[in-house]
Amino acid sequence: MTYNDLRHFADSWGLLAMTLLFLTLIAWPFRPSARARNDEAANMIFREDEHG
Amino acid sequence: MDGLVTRAGGWLGLTLLAFVMAALAVDAPFAVHMIIVALACLAMLWATVTRADYGALARGILKMPADQGVYDDDPIRWGVIATLFWGVAGMAAGLFIALQLAFPALNLGLEYTTFGRLRPLHTSAVIFAFGGNALIATSFYVVQRTCRARLAFPKLARFVFWGYQLFIVLAATGYLMGVTAAKEYAEPEWYVDLWLTIVWVAYLVVFVGTIVRRREPHIYVANWFYLSFIVTIAMLHIVNNLSMPASIFGSKSYAAFAGVQDALTQWWYGHNAVGFFLTAGFLAMMYYFVPKQAERPVYSYRLSIIHFWSLIFLYIWAGPHHLHYTALPDWAQTLGMVFSVILWMPSWGGMINGLMTLNGAWDKIRTDPIIRMMVMALAFYGMSTFEGPMMSIKWVNSMSHYTDWTIGHVHSGALGWNGMITFAAVYYLVPRLWGRERLYSLRMVNWHFWLATVGIVFYAASMWVAGIMQGLMWREYGADGYLVYSFVESVAAMHPMYLIRAAGGAMYLAGFLIMVVNVWATLGGRVRAEKPMTETPYNAAADRPLAPVPAE
Repeated sequence: MTYNDLRHFADSWGLLAMTLLFLTLIAWPFRPSARARNDEAANMIFREDEHG
Repeated sequence: MDGLVTRAGGWLGLTLLAFVMAALAVDAPFAVHMIIVALACLAMLWATVTRADYGALARGILKMPADQGVYDDDPIRWGVIATLFWGVAGMAAGLFIALQLAFPALNLGLEYTTFGRLRPLHTSAVIFAFGGNALIATSFYVVQRTCRARLAFPKLARFVFWGYQLFIVLAATGYLMGVTAAKEYAEPEWYVDLWLTIVWVAYLVVFVGTIVRRREPHIYVANWFYLSFIVTIAMLHIVNNLSMPASIFGSKSYAAFAGVQDALTQWWYGHNAVGFFLTAGFLAMMYYFVPKQAERPVYSYRLSIIHFWSLIFLYIWAGPHHLHYTALPDWAQTLGMVFSVILWMPSWGGMINGLMTLNGAWDKIRTDPIIRMMVMALAFYGMSTFEGPMMSIKWVNSMSHYTDWTIGHVHSGALGWNGMITFAAVYYLVPRLWGRERLYSLRMVNWHFWLATVGIVFYAASMWVAGIMQGLMWREYGADGYLVYSFVESVAAMHPMYLIRAAGGAMYLAGFLIMVVNVWATLGGRVRAEKPMTETPYNAAADRPLAPVPAE
């Protein structure tokens, strides 16, 4: 495993894996069942708050 | 009793060890630092032996509520006080060095007060002492509220606070004595770095422990930002500071990297310190305090998640833009430039998300000076995240690099974004943490807002002019192929700009001092009798139907 091997991995499979992971992570909150969870999470900070 | 003896003995042992280290020190600054450590250990020994209730004493002095409440808020109250204290120190140092640039006589002919030593004091004090304390305090506040759980490991949380203050003191005194690793924003030497690593891991343990104990199914997005800030800073700090001490009794070390590798490591650290300390951490504040103050949920929770993952995946590559036209390979420079430009989009997504949270409540900008500060913070977040990518473009950078434009850019981000969002968060926190009905004075918040805003405008505008002027003067060739201006001519031309910049900084500091007075009076439980920020115009006499006019 030389520097050159790592470098080739980084700009081929490594890059592809990172891109797919990134796209999955940002697509995840857009799945239809996430809508209710997102609303719930956004409003959670206002529930039964003793500090007003 | 045995436990007490063991703990007291432990502190005594550490005190003695520090004194031995001081005696064996190979240079004077290291000895001074070990004596500071010994004094800190002695203070802990004293606290252990007398077993006085220091929490109660501190609550008495700082007028904290006796009721501890549900949440563990004492470290947060200390953190708020520390934020204000270090803020005054750091901003005053900044004003002083700004004046030194205009009037070099202010270097005072002493090695301890030269620009070169006070400049890292200023940057570390405002970033790590003012900003860091604000981040630690707000993260402990937000993680408890959004997880509906008390802080995990309360003693460790107190260690994080005090350990961080010791780090600040060691770093600041070191700079004055000329101890420096000569790395931008990472100047402390190896032993201070090791200490910060211990404190930071403890911080991570407290934060993650509290998240693990949460009573909520979802981890609120602000905690994602805080967690990424803590984890990434740990990684950056450790890698950037890999070094070999010349002596374990001395304050000098040599970096593990050399040449262009060292340069790239330093700016990988430096730019991600901007990305994860000054951006992700303060965005965490934004995602909690802006919705809370506006009393509306964040505009789009989905956008906040996109914002988060985009910053995580993109920011880490942007560092090479600090090394344009250096020995760094060309492809790496271009990579840094491209990722910097891509970063513009998620940054503006986040800004829009914050601003649009006010959708339907825009009137609060007129009536609530804290909301006004938050909006100005987001506006400056947007401006500096546009300016930054633009300056990272090689063509622009060839003119802007090494000029005061960079200083102006940093300060529009630091004063406008980090400063303003921190002020807003502290104004939000103080009445709640001390159980006060409201702040001492909202009108003083308004004064603070305007002094800070106008101060930043003076600062940024003068540095734009100064930077572009410098850049153009440095590259001006005459017909005969020689440079038209000598370097010192460009320095002399800067004088008026330096004066305007110092004036802007003085206004910003004046606004901050108003804040300190306001917070202090709020702690004292005083409420200023003042006209409200908004009044509802109503004229009862005019609010009637037209009287019927009798026919003539």
